[in-house]
Amino acid sequence: MALENILILAAASLLWAATFRNHGRTWFMLIASVVVIFWLQPALPIRGADFFTPLATLVLVVLTWFITAADETRKQRKNIIILLVVAGVVLLLNLARFLPADFQLFTASRPPQLETTLLIFLVTGLTLLALSRLTRFSASFLTVGLVLTIGLFLALKVPALTYWTAYFLRSLSGQNVYASRITDFAWLGFSYVAFRLIHTIRDKQSGRFPSVDVGEFITYVIFFPAFTAGPIDRLERFIKDLRAPFAGLNLEAFYFAGQRLLIGLFKKFVIADALALIALNDTNATQVTSAFWMWVIVYAYTFQIYFDFSGYTDIALGIAQLLGIKLPENFASPYLKPNLTQFWNNWHMTLTQWFRAYFFNPITRWLRSWQKPMSMPMMILLTQVATMVLIGFWHGVTWNFTLWGLWHGLGLFIHNRWNDATKTKAAAWATTPTKQAILHISGILLTFHYMAIGWIFFALSSPAISWQVILKLFGVN
Amino acid sequence: MNQPIKPLNVFIKGLLLFSLFNLVIAAWQPRVGQFSLYNVIYPGRERLPFGENPKQSYNLSLFDLDARFASHVIAGTPKADNEFRVVIVGDSSVWGTLLKPDETLAGQLNADNLNACGKNVRAYNLGYPTISLTKDVMLLSYAKQYAPDLVIWMTTLDAFPLEKQTSTPLVAHNEEKIRELATNYQLRVEADDPNFVKKSFWEKTFIGDRRSWADLIRLQIYGVMWAATGIDQFYPDDYERAQTDFEADESFHDFTPPDLNEEGLALNALEVGFRVVGETPMLIVNEPMLISSGANSDIRYNFFYPRWAYDDYREIMTALSQRNDWTYVDLWDIVPANEFTNSAIHLTPAGEKLLAETLTPYILENCR
Repeated sequence: MALENILILAAASLLWAATFRNHGRTWFMLIASVVVIFWLQPALPIRGADFFTPLATLVLVVLTWFITAADETRKQRKNIIILLVVAGVVLLLNLARFLPADFQLFTASRPPQLETTLLIFLVTGLTLLALSRLTRFSASFLTVGLVLTIGLFLALKVPALTYWTAYFLRSLSGQNVYASRITDFAWLGFSYVAFRLIHTIRDKQSGRFPSVDVGEFITYVIFFPAFTAGPIDRLERFIKDLRAPFAGLNLEAFYFAGQRLLIGLFKKFVIADALALIALNDTNATQVTSAFWMWVIVYAYTFQIYFDFSGYTDIALGIAQLLGIKLPENFASPYLKPNLTQFWNNWHMTLTQWFRAYFFNPITRWLRSWQKPMSMPMMILLTQVATMVLIGFWHGVTWNFTLWGLWHGLGLFIHNRWNDATKTKAAAWATTPTKQAILHISGILLTFHYMAIGWIFFALSSPAISWQVILKLFGVN
Repeated sequence: MNQPIKPLNVFIKGLLLFSLFNLVIAAWQPRVGQFSLYNVIYPGRERLPFGENPKQSYNLSLFDLDARFASHVIAGTPKADNEFRVVIVGDSSVWGTLLKPDETLAGQLNADNLNACGKNVRAYNLGYPTISLTKDVMLLSYAKQYAPDLVIWMTTLDAFPLEKQTSTPLVAHNEEKIRELATNYQLRVEADDPNFVKKSFWEKTFIGDRRSWADLIRLQIYGVMWAATGIDQFYPDDYERAQTDFEADESFHDFTPPDLNEEGLALNALEVGFRVVGETPMLIVNEPMLISSGANSDIRYNFFYPRWAYDDYREIMTALSQRNDWTYVDLWDIVPANEFTNSAIHLTPAGEKLLAETLTPYILENCR
């Protein structure tokens, strides 16, 4: 989100909270979220794609709600009204194609022809109708939904698949397919949308899905403050805030929201953007001439990514607070943690909690359930590495993200083993506050530098350049 | 007992303090540009900051002369007793478009480790990539504080037309400096020259002038990349070579053949330049340019000049320098056409080396 987007959204939220308080608050959040996903979607070279990708988000969200909602909830008349309102908002955005270009404020380019949108509505409506005619909902729908979401996710994250998706979409729109690029298909916010959808489908499968109407569900998945950069809230927690009576903005809430917003803006647009000028990237990685300055630009990247990401989280929390939603924290001084395990408990917390809940814990339980379970160290190695590699894939299925995941998986494993082996000795040695401080500070420095080196894989696009940078850091080459 | 915080009060006080801060900045106009991290935390730049694509060149253009010079190596280099300090001013050919710092004229002279009158010659590149004699004089007057032993002023005809003198952004945004030159050295400047950018009170506040403040901070931040990489401009893999075929066009600005009207040339700026440097020796060098042999090269030497204008300019310069007893070095044709890069005045490293070798005897002759 650009600065002007953030300021407009914060001002709109503040205005609504101060003026209307609880009247129509959920409607405001729903409609604003729908508009915002179109508004924030950047222009794409494929004709109409910057309109159809947010529309596809909405269709996917509605279908997911339909297959996860309880029978009685699904049949409630208010859902039809909500869907009609959402469709109406989308149609209004689409109708802006008939306005002069200066008035097409909410889409990156001129909206496509109305017929295509209507056709998408028709197909979605017929699908919902067909599904509703089924007397009994099969669990296999949930599996299909899960596979479809993961499939789309892969289409966006595996460069080869993204290329072929762009190729397919270009051919569909009658454009030059040979000009296809993986950047053609940048679906804003889908990483977060996908994880929220997977969370709801998995919770439905395990019988923990709360009863929510379609409006609540759409608002949860695409809630505008958290749409582009999280945090990944949980549905049952979000719904509690959404349904809680909102008496308007009191001074305390306003103070908290304003403070978080200002801190976030400062972190993102002052610190992170300044550090970005000197942070490690593919170009400067090969230009730096000495180990000292290589450390400087690696440190710059290390802090830039933290201030950028945690700044956006602060902004999201601040804006959400204006509307009475208390989104979960995502960062808690991660660079001040004395070991890697604690780091990952405090960095992008909602993502790691998601992976713990939906991957790490299930797979650990599964491995333990084997008749002849593998050794504990082996199990820890396997689960830690697999989890971290998957987190790497969440950012993109590339060699560098794989190496980044491996680096952290192995780091967590080594820390786990080291901790087991030295815990008693360390406790016996660190008997004075000074010794405890030495251990603590050494741990912070070691963890920070392990993280910093890991970020090299994250920041760069190829293992070869990453390796060159690492060698340079240690004065080799 | 702690009193509860009243957010509204905090907000109002913050707003008042910020407004006051803005008013103070607007009224005071502090010269913060002279405080620099260059020459303190990281080495000074070998040439004045200039860059149109900062993210690639780790460099940017700004109008604050204090900040420009504070980031230059000359500001952080105390003059040693055995240093013979040579300052070179001029346009992009001196600054070194497409050249690394050590490939520029200053770099090549320093590489030669010259010795003049028992002192080590150290050349400083104070060129700046816009063509205007007035801009050169302005930089020269600023550079005087660094006690040069010799000034080399590289110039070319395109720096002379009156219309070009104040239109370059660096001059346009430094009216005060130009007016000082007018007062102290009789530089001719129109009283109501519309090229000068005048800031309103609002534009002088911190908010109104935020672009300048941001540029100043960005210049400091890019110092890290300058120190880390030694890169201060973007070097494209390929570029379009200087034009050698032309239309049969005899035009040169508003001048009409067969002679340049001296009234339309900023010859006064040359005189002011000499007044500014005072007793310090100065060489006026007519810089090398590409002499084309392509289509219509009988009419034009190159993209910049029709033959009639340039030939007349050389005659004017020769006569003027003789009349004023200036050391004028005409090197217009010393570099072969294949040693130019993307412009008729931008040299290759080999071209710069040839230029440095040609200028060396003049440097050695002018030491005291």
